[in-house]
Amino acid sequence: MSELRLVLPPDGQNWSRLADYKANGGYAAAEKALREMKPEAIVEEVKTSGLRGRGGAGFAAGMKWSFLPKDGRRPRYIACNADESEPGTYKDRQILERNPHKLIEGLLIAAWANTIDAAYIYMRGEYRGPYENVTASIAEAYAAGYLGKNVLGTGLDFDIYVHRGAGAYICGEETGLMESLEGRKGQPRKRPPFPAVSGLWRQPTTINNVETMAHVPHIVEKGAAWFKTIGMEKSTGTTIFGVSGDVVRPGAFELPLGVPLREIIFEHAGGIPGGRALKAVIPGGVSMPVLTAEQAMKVTMDHEALREAGTLLGTGAVIVMDERQCMVRAALVIARFFRHESCGQCTQCREGTGWLHKLFMSLENGTGKLADLDTIDEVTRFMEGRTICALSDAAAWGAGFFLRRFRPEFEAHVQHRGCPLAATSFEV
Amino acid sequence: MPLSPELKQRIVAEFPKYPEKRAVLLTALHFVQAEHGGWIPPELVPELAETIEIPQIDVWEVISFYSLFHSEPVGRFHLQICTNLPCCLRGARAIVRALSEALDLRPGECSSDGAFSLAEVQCLGSCGTAPVLQINNEPFEEQLSTESAVALVGRLRAKAAAAAGEGRPS
Repeated sequence: MSELRLVLPPDGQNWSRLADYKANGGYAAAEKALREMKPEAIVEEVKTSGLRGRGGAGFAAGMKWSFLPKDGRRPRYIACNADESEPGTYKDRQILERNPHKLIEGLLIAAWANTIDAAYIYMRGEYRGPYENVTASIAEAYAAGYLGKNVLGTGLDFDIYVHRGAGAYICGEETGLMESLEGRKGQPRKRPPFPAVSGLWRQPTTINNVETMAHVPHIVEKGAAWFKTIGMEKSTGTTIFGVSGDVVRPGAFELPLGVPLREIIFEHAGGIPGGRALKAVIPGGVSMPVLTAEQAMKVTMDHEALREAGTLLGTGAVIVMDERQCMVRAALVIARFFRHESCGQCTQCREGTGWLHKLFMSLENGTGKLADLDTIDEVTRFMEGRTICALSDAAAWGAGFFLRRFRPEFEAHVQHRGCPLAATSFEV
Repeated sequence: MPLSPELKQRIVAEFPKYPEKRAVLLTALHFVQAEHGGWIPPELVPELAETIEIPQIDVWEVISFYSLFHSEPVGRFHLQICTNLPCCLRGARAIVRALSEALDLRPGECSSDGAFSLAEVQCLGSCGTAPVLQINNEPFEEQLSTESAVALVGRLRAKAAAAAGEGRPS
């Protein structure tokens, strides 16, 4: 299967400047939406398209919009999530660097459809190049009358601001993001109230990922029925899969949902260097349960098939590990990450992430005991489903499933009093 | 030390973007760091808090929460290397060792002349071009090898020396 570019321009092209974007059909969807379509019809079209959020949770985008109250309370906001900090993930950056007007057009249509007054694009602070690129595109959109007062003469007033984060994974969590945007530590909020009712500055707010918004223009232009012909019945359209790790050609590939994982690894990413054997794949960023090679070779990349295989699509960030690599080390690096990024509010997460990291370190250092494996299992179960946000669950799954799916290798670390793969594995 | 009038002006100019002044805090801290060699001198905090009309403790909470904000000096070239899983799989640890040796610094340290500091950081969002590092807030240095990392240090040293020769910070 070849790539299908809906949100990204063809190879070697960059449509960041307005003239290039318009020459390739840009803003036709916004013209159609604002001039010819009723707001509720747009929400309905996006609902019918089956578009699911591309930020990790896969929630139905049109449904999320429909949660915004109909009580006339203003202002209403979009918080656009460009924090992209799930390790392995670099897909939104492709849009921010090469097709930012697609995002702006998506936000504009969303604003018309949902009576939104302003959108804040929350972009991770490390993304300096993307920040400057998107800022320049927004300035062009204002100058061309696509943003600001009375957009396209429709009476819509709509502003977009880019807000820079400052290096905290938790700010990709929707309520952590809102806290950070308001100028506080990014500690997630308890729900209810949900953001649709009480979000940014306690006003109605919808939070949508960059890639999700970038799909809105072509859904409006070509229709939900067309969009549904791409991908799977319940996982419609394309998504950008970012491949990293032990492959010949790491990179970002836009493909229909439901593509076999095997095809992504062995065709698009060129297979494993040196003809080595596949050992493990994380299919959706380090928060998602790891798959064994056997599982990975059979699964397709859609929400339903991955759930059935005991993992989740997450951000579509495919991390490939070959036969040389040590699974205890992989779990250790992931546990170290979550320990660093826990915001510290909930005991299960704050303490649990620290415990996991220490337990994996002792196994790797050769001081681990068999009983530690049960402790890891116990700690991960005590971290799931009990905290304000899902970071704790992510840490439990991301690190914990390495033990559940590669237990003999963990036991070998105890028996060998250290890493049996030290000679070949990556270093931590 | 007061905030420079230009800096204060830039911070105040951010207020209209938001319904509450507090929302400019992260942006203001980015501005302060960019103008003060990559860190936030503590003596600026009172005036910053006063400008934004929030308690000083709220400024400190935010500085200490976010990895990109530094309350102690960093090097003029602050090298941040990702050691998360995708970069480690492509040899990030060897790059850390090579940089450490070339700079004679351990991660977390700053050189005595203030030219360099080295830090291990979490995922930078460039996993397809791993291993990756970021100097200050510049675009990433991608697909590093131990050789290219050492060569990079050489180029930065030359830049630092040239800037010192002209008697101004680079």
